[in-house]
Amino acid sequence: MVAYTIRRLLLLIPVLLGMVIIVFSLIHAIPGDPARTILGQLATKEAVADLTKQLGLDKPLFVQFFDYIKDLLTGNLGTSLKTQSPISHEIWPYFGATVELAVVAMIIAIIIGVNAGIISAWFQNSWFDYIVMLIALIGVSIPIFWLGLMEQYVFSIKLDLLPTTGRDDIRNPVEAITHLYMLDTLLQGRFDQFIEVIKHLILPSLALATIPMAIIARITRSSMLEVMRSDYIRTARAKGMKMFWVVYKHSLKNAFIPVLTIIGLQTGLLLGGAILTETIFGWPGMGTYIYEAIEFRDYPVIQSGILILALVFVLINLIVDLLYAAIDPRIKY
Amino acid sequence: MKKKLTGLVIFVLVLSLALMGCSSSKSNGEKGKDDGKEKSGGVLVYARGGDAVKLDPAAVTDGESLIVAEQIFDTLVSYKKETTEIEPGLAKSWKVSEDGLTYTFELQEGVKFHDGTDFNAEAVVKNFDRWANGNVEKFPYYQSQFGGYKGEKAAVIKEVKAVDPKTVEFTLFRPQAPFLKNLAMTPFGISSPTAIEKYGDKYIENPVGTGPFKFKEWKRNDTITVVKNENYWKKGLPKLDTVILKVIKDNSARLNALIKGDVDLIDGLNPSDIEKVKSDKNLQIFERPSMNLGYLGFNVTKKPFDNVKVRQALSHAVNKEALIKNFYEGTAEPAKNPMPPSVSGYNDDIVDYDYDLDKAKKLLEEAGYKDGFSVDFWTMPVVRPYMPNGQKVAEAIQADFAKIGVKTKIVTMEWGTYLEKLAKGEAPMYIVGWTGDNGDADNFLYALLDKDAIGSNNNSQYSNDEVHDLLIKAQTETDEAKRNDYYKKAQEIIHNDAPWVPLAHSVPQLAGKSTIDGFFPHPTGSQSFADTSVK
Repeated sequence: MVAYTIRRLLLLIPVLLGMVIIVFSLIHAIPGDPARTILGQLATKEAVADLTKQLGLDKPLFVQFFDYIKDLLTGNLGTSLKTQSPISHEIWPYFGATVELAVVAMIIAIIIGVNAGIISAWFQNSWFDYIVMLIALIGVSIPIFWLGLMEQYVFSIKLDLLPTTGRDDIRNPVEAITHLYMLDTLLQGRFDQFIEVIKHLILPSLALATIPMAIIARITRSSMLEVMRSDYIRTARAKGMKMFWVVYKHSLKNAFIPVLTIIGLQTGLLLGGAILTETIFGWPGMGTYIYEAIEFRDYPVIQSGILILALVFVLINLIVDLLYAAIDPRIKY
Repeated sequence: MKKKLTGLVIFVLVLSLALMGCSSSKSNGEKGKDDGKEKSGGVLVYARGGDAVKLDPAAVTDGESLIVAEQIFDTLVSYKKETTEIEPGLAKSWKVSEDGLTYTFELQEGVKFHDGTDFNAEAVVKNFDRWANGNVEKFPYYQSQFGGYKGEKAAVIKEVKAVDPKTVEFTLFRPQAPFLKNLAMTPFGISSPTAIEKYGDKYIENPVGTGPFKFKEWKRNDTITVVKNENYWKKGLPKLDTVILKVIKDNSARLNALIKGDVDLIDGLNPSDIEKVKSDKNLQIFERPSMNLGYLGFNVTKKPFDNVKVRQALSHAVNKEALIKNFYEGTAEPAKNPMPPSVSGYNDDIVDYDYDLDKAKKLLEEAGYKDGFSVDFWTMPVVRPYMPNGQKVAEAIQADFAKIGVKTKIVTMEWGTYLEKLAKGEAPMYIVGWTGDNGDADNFLYALLDKDAIGSNNNSQYSNDEVHDLLIKAQTETDEAKRNDYYKKAQEIIHNDAPWVPLAHSVPQLAGKSTIDGFFPHPTGSQSFADTSVK
C-alpha cells in the first residue's frame, strides 16, 4: 500500500508536466491578440505593438514556455496581465469560493444520489424507482443556467426564502481568513453570518449538484442491482437477515467501487464546470476567474487556473484509487 | 436503526425550519436597520456585468473601472449632471487667453485628499507630469485626448505650472477646442501625489482622490466598496453612507437580484425585460441619454465598395425602423449621421437615405452591378450598448440585401480578433459601433472617419481630404459656432460619400428600486452617486 502510494505520487510528475505542455499549447492557440484586447477599441497600432513587446508575446513560443516552467518551479505562477498582481496571491479567494461550493454540492449529490440509487434498486420496478430514474434523466439533461434562474425565481422571488446571488450578505460582508466562508464565520464566532453563508450556498450548490446527483443515482442503482443478484446476498436473505442490513452493509460495500469512480470523476468535472453556476449566482470562484481571464487574454491566469484545477483533479483521482484499495482488500497493487 | 433514521429526518426538518425562521427574522432585522440608517444616508448596492480592471482612472479605458473612479475622484472641471456641458469642479473658475494657448485655473480652497493631504496647484502639476511622462500602456487616454506624451510631436499640452498654491496654468502647443471637455473626463481625476508615491505599482488598487466617496475594499470579481467622505468639499454631499458595486454577470440573474431586493440598482437591463420592470411598482426604469452609434461600414478601398453608388444603393436597402423595433425593442432612434444628436455640431438638416429597394436597384444598375454581387459580411460576437445582437441584426440586413441581388455570407469571430482585423481593414463590410468618451463631435468624426485614424478606428479606410481639412480646422477653432459649422459641413460630405450606413443610437436602460432618488445616468456612461439617496 505504501509502495503503491509512493509510486502513484511519483507518477504525478510526468502527468503534471504533460498537463503544463497541453495547457500552454492550447492557450496559445486561442485566436486574438491579448495586447489589442487589453488596450481596447481606442488603441493605436503602435500602442498595440508596444504592449505586445512589453508582455514578451513577441518572443518565440518555446522561449515563453521555458520561462514559464522556470517560474513554476520556483512557485511563481506569474503575474496577471489584467491586474498586474502575482497570481499566487490573488487566486486563493477564488479557489476557496469554488472549493466551498463544490464540496457542498458534492456532499448533496452523494447523499441524495447514493440513497436514491439504493432505494431504487431495492424497490426495483416500483413507482419510486421509475420516478427516481425519470428525475435522474431530466437531471442530466437540464441546462444549468435555466435551472439556476428557475431556482432564483421560485425560492428567492416567489417564496422569498433564499438570496439570489453572492456568497454572503452584500451589506454585511464576511471577513475572509481562509476564504472558506463557513469556516471563517465559525472561527470569528459570527453565527448570524454563518447562517447567511449557508443560505447563500443552498441554491448554487443544488444547481451544481444536479448533474452529478443524477449520474451517481443511476450508477448506484445499476451497481446495486448487480450485487444484489449475487449468491452471497441471496444466502444472507435466505438466512432471514433484515433487508436494510442486506442493502446498506453487505451490498453497498461491494457496489461502491464504480460509484466511487464516478464520484471522483464528477468532483473533478464539477470544479471545472462551475462557470455557468458561478455566472448565474454571482459566485466569485475559479470558473469566474478563468472565464474573465479568457475574455481578457490573460494567458498567465488561464494557464495557472487550469493547471490548479487539473492538479486538484489528479489528486482526487489519486485519493479515489487509494480508497479502492482500502474498501476492497481484493484489489492488490 | 429505524429510530435513528426518524431522528435524522426530524433533525433535518427542524434545522431547515430554524434556517427559514432565521431568514424571516433576519430580513425584518435588516429592514429595521435600514430604517435606522435612512437618516444618515444608507447603503446602495449597484450591480453590473463586469468588474473593474484597475482603480487608477488614468490607467484604464473601460467603463466598469471608470464608474468606480467617478466616486473617488474629482476632475478640474466637470460635466453637468445631465449633459456634457462644462461646469466648475476642483477649479472654481478659469480664463482662456485670446490665442487659446493658455488656460489659467483658479482652484477650490480647503480641499483635502482622502489621505488628509492638501489639494493644491502642486498636486495638479504632479498629476499631469506623471501622465505626460507615461506611455500608452500606462495612461492610454492621455494620448488619445491630448495628442501624445512629453516630447512627442502631436502632444497638445506643453507645460502645466503652479503659479501659486491656488492657481495652475496650462500652456498648449496648439489650441484644442475640446480641451475643457477632455479635462472633465474621469481618467483625468486628480490623485493624491503622496498616495501615488506611497503605493507605487499598487496604486491601481489603492486609489486616493478628493471625491465624494473613499475607497474601502475590493474583492475581485465580486464587490468594490466605497464609503462616504465626511469632509467632502461640496456641502451636504454625498448623501449615501456606502456604495457597493457588485458583479453579477448574467443580465437575467442581475434582474432577479433586483426584484428580490438583494441589490438596489442594476445596469444592462435586457430590452425585453423593460415591461417586466415597468409593471413592478417597487421598481423604476432609468434611461441613459444616448451618446453612441451602431453602424454598418463598408471598406471603401475594396471592390465593389470603392464605388460610391454601390454604397448609396446599400444605404437605401437597410430598414432601420424594423431593426430598431425588432432588436432594440424600440429603445433606440434611427441614425442618419456618424454622431448622435445629443452632441453639439449634429447636422439635423441631413435627409437620410430612405428605405427604398427600387432606388437601391437602380443605383446598383448605374454602378454596373445589375445582377448584384456576393460579399462577406462581418458581424460582432459580443453585446454592446449600441448593438444588442450583432448576429441577428446582420441576418435582417442580409435578408434585405438579398432582395436587391446582393448575396452576403455572415462571418463572425472572437471580439479581440475582430477589432484587430477591422483595424487592419480586412473586413469588406462589417457591423460595429462606438460610445462617445467626452461628448465632443471630434470624438466621433475625427476618431472614426478621418484619414489620420486609418489603422486604428477608421475601419472603412475612408479618406477624404476635404473632410480632413474641416475636422482639423474644427479641432483648433475655439469658437463653438464656427466649429459646429465645420462639423455640419463634414457630415454632409460624409453623407454623400456613404462610407457607413449609420444604424441606431441606442438608449441604455437601467433599473432600480422605486425608493432611489436623485440618480441620473450620465450620457458618458458613468456617473457619481454623490446626489443619489435611498428614501
